[in-house]
Amino acid sequence: MDWLTIFGNTASSLIGPATLGYALAAIGLAVHFGFAGLLNMGIAAYMAIGAYGYAISILTFGLPWWVGVIIAMIASVVFSLILGIPTLRLRGDYLAIVTIAAAEIVRLLFLSTTFDEYTGSADGLSGYHNSFRESNPLPEGTYGFGPWEYTHNAWWVRIIGILLVALAVLIVWAIMRSPWGRVLRGIREDEDAVRALGKNVFSYKMQALILGGIFGSLGGIVYALPSSVNPGVYVTSLTFFVWTALLLGGAATIFGPVLGAIIYWVVQTLLSNILPALVTAGVLPFMSTSQAQTLRFILVGVALMLLVIFRPQGILGNKKELTFVK
Amino acid sequence: MSSTNRVRARRARWRTATLVAFVGAFMMLGTPAMADEVGEDEPFKISGNVKLDGEPLENIRLTVTGNGVDEEVETDAEGQWRVGVPERATYTVTLDEETLPEGIAVVDETGEDTTPNEKEVEIGPGGRVTMNFFIGEGERNVTSFADQLISRTITGINFGLMLGLAAVGISLVFGTTGLSNFAHAEMVTFGAVIALLLGVTMSIPMWAAIPLTIIVSAGFGWLLDAGLWKPLRTRGLGVVQLMIVSIGLSLALRYVFQYFIGGGTLQLPGAATAKFTLFGAVQLSWIDIASMGVSIAVIIGFAVWLLFSKIGKATRAVSDNASLAAASGIDVDRVVRIVWIVAAAMAGLSGILYAYYRPGIKWDMGAQILLLVFAAVTLGGLGTAFGALIGAIIVGVMVEISGLWIPSDLKYVGALGILILVLLFRPQGILGRKERIG
Repeated sequence: MDWLTIFGNTASSLIGPATLGYALAAIGLAVHFGFAGLLNMGIAAYMAIGAYGYAISILTFGLPWWVGVIIAMIASVVFSLILGIPTLRLRGDYLAIVTIAAAEIVRLLFLSTTFDEYTGSADGLSGYHNSFRESNPLPEGTYGFGPWEYTHNAWWVRIIGILLVALAVLIVWAIMRSPWGRVLRGIREDEDAVRALGKNVFSYKMQALILGGIFGSLGGIVYALPSSVNPGVYVTSLTFFVWTALLLGGAATIFGPVLGAIIYWVVQTLLSNILPALVTAGVLPFMSTSQAQTLRFILVGVALMLLVIFRPQGILGNKKELTFVK
Repeated sequence: MSSTNRVRARRARWRTATLVAFVGAFMMLGTPAMADEVGEDEPFKISGNVKLDGEPLENIRLTVTGNGVDEEVETDAEGQWRVGVPERATYTVTLDEETLPEGIAVVDETGEDTTPNEKEVEIGPGGRVTMNFFIGEGERNVTSFADQLISRTITGINFGLMLGLAAVGISLVFGTTGLSNFAHAEMVTFGAVIALLLGVTMSIPMWAAIPLTIIVSAGFGWLLDAGLWKPLRTRGLGVVQLMIVSIGLSLALRYVFQYFIGGGTLQLPGAATAKFTLFGAVQLSWIDIASMGVSIAVIIGFAVWLLFSKIGKATRAVSDNASLAAASGIDVDRVVRIVWIVAAAMAGLSGILYAYYRPGIKWDMGAQILLLVFAAVTLGGLGTAFGALIGAIIVGVMVEISGLWIPSDLKYVGALGILILVLLFRPQGILGRKERIG
């Protein structure tokens, strides 16, 4: 077994675009669920809107990449409004079902051949990198050391991703200790009490949905930044994986989503490298390599169950600030 | 596949979507993708040319169906089309004459074929086959709108009854325990997988395998309640926590199925039974008729049980108000246990019927209809068994009929859109009560 490659790949995933994308999406979900108590099961739709908004702005309208980012953010705000106005008054589990259905609608619309000209239907979108790479200030070449040795373009993706994650963490930290954040937590704990204090609960929830949605769309952009937009990514499983990452780190914490996303991807990468290697080495004789790959996702499901049952506050969370309302 | 010759992979593509997602994610990390994990590009090809007097015709729509495949394709500027299929089998290619120019139709060369625009093809030894249609001036073979409507309504009722079997269970579980059970989808898949194990791997004849499957499914429901849900209730987990546990269970079970049956589509015996014309344009196979008959019989039996038996009455009492039911001497835990067993048995049956309806068994087949089942349950009113049934039939018929107007790859969008509209205007559903809205 090639332990060096296995650990190299695992260490590399610490700052991989997938990790950074998940971290941003999980931060968005933390704003929705951790702080506002909104059971949003449609984070995959926000990521899809981010990725498609970015790619379509560049490919169809020929805009520079940073305009694409802004358009993707605006699109996510519009989606929040469309989704939020009818659904924010629903109770927890109803909201979960509606948001998951809305996410499926979004995905099917992107997948449909009806809008093939813009979305590429089942083939997805690719080849939108020129504008982003032209803005790269790094001179051509490879940088870094050990497992973190990447080309200038790969670094540029990671730098933007890390900056966005840092910015998101900073915004969430600042906003959640403000009076606005306290009202939001109040809504999570007892909506009626906050309403009795004269606050417009619906408006606060909507603002939280919009803010978290923007982070979700940025997560989708970072996830799709280095390669392509593939409609097969934005399935409901993606939502569940981001949820697993969020609950792992701690839903109502500032750094929890980032920590959760890192652990999620490090463990996933490690298993995806180590399990097939063990099979090839004959350690797991009852398994084929593809079964070994499937095993990882069985473990994600089991991990999600165990987390919610035994440590619902996550690694960094405080049991007193449990976000699950009975 | 060239970009001009665009193949519209709809359902088949959706099924592999999750896998593609994982592989895509890992390619980004620079880890080599496992080739055997993707369906790759389908290994077998059906292709052809559509020409009129030597001139290529563009944008002619063809569909390739059979053996679990349902794909649509349009010809490119050269009049060519190509579809990839997963298995070496017989497929039906249909040319949509509506898309041909005015006054042009598929010509019948033999003079005996009444539907010359529909042809059966078998994949040849080279892994590919060519299918060309003779096109010229002539009478079109088009099904009239009314016939299509009737035909789709009947298919929709069949689909709706099958959804109903699953929806009733989800609704009962919600009514008695407050859990929105996402893992219900996997209870549906479980039935299909067990039928496959008994009927194919162990070669038990289907008439015995199906009842056995239902018994095993019921046992699975007992196991889930005894091993997982009962301890969690005792632990005092909230409904939202329980819901997320069910999501975790759903993910885990889904991949357990994939672990054992792989990522491909497998068939139950008799899935390829020929269809015959019942009347007009309505074409059904014996399997379809038996499926509808079984669904109706089971649903009537269930209704009688729920309305008149002691346990059925107790179930409704627990659904109405669990504490009051407990206070009046009903053993709530026992009722919940029975509800899980009944729900799992009906989900298992629904899985078998769905395996014949699609046709084919796939590891994530239940997850594909989960949201339709939720739509049905919400439409009827969460927690009401009969509401769920009505909702399921409406959703099933609507999904099929909406295909007349909207592109078929968007037909689920209509059903999910209805789900959202219902929650907007009548959140309690058709038969539900208002207390469910927050």
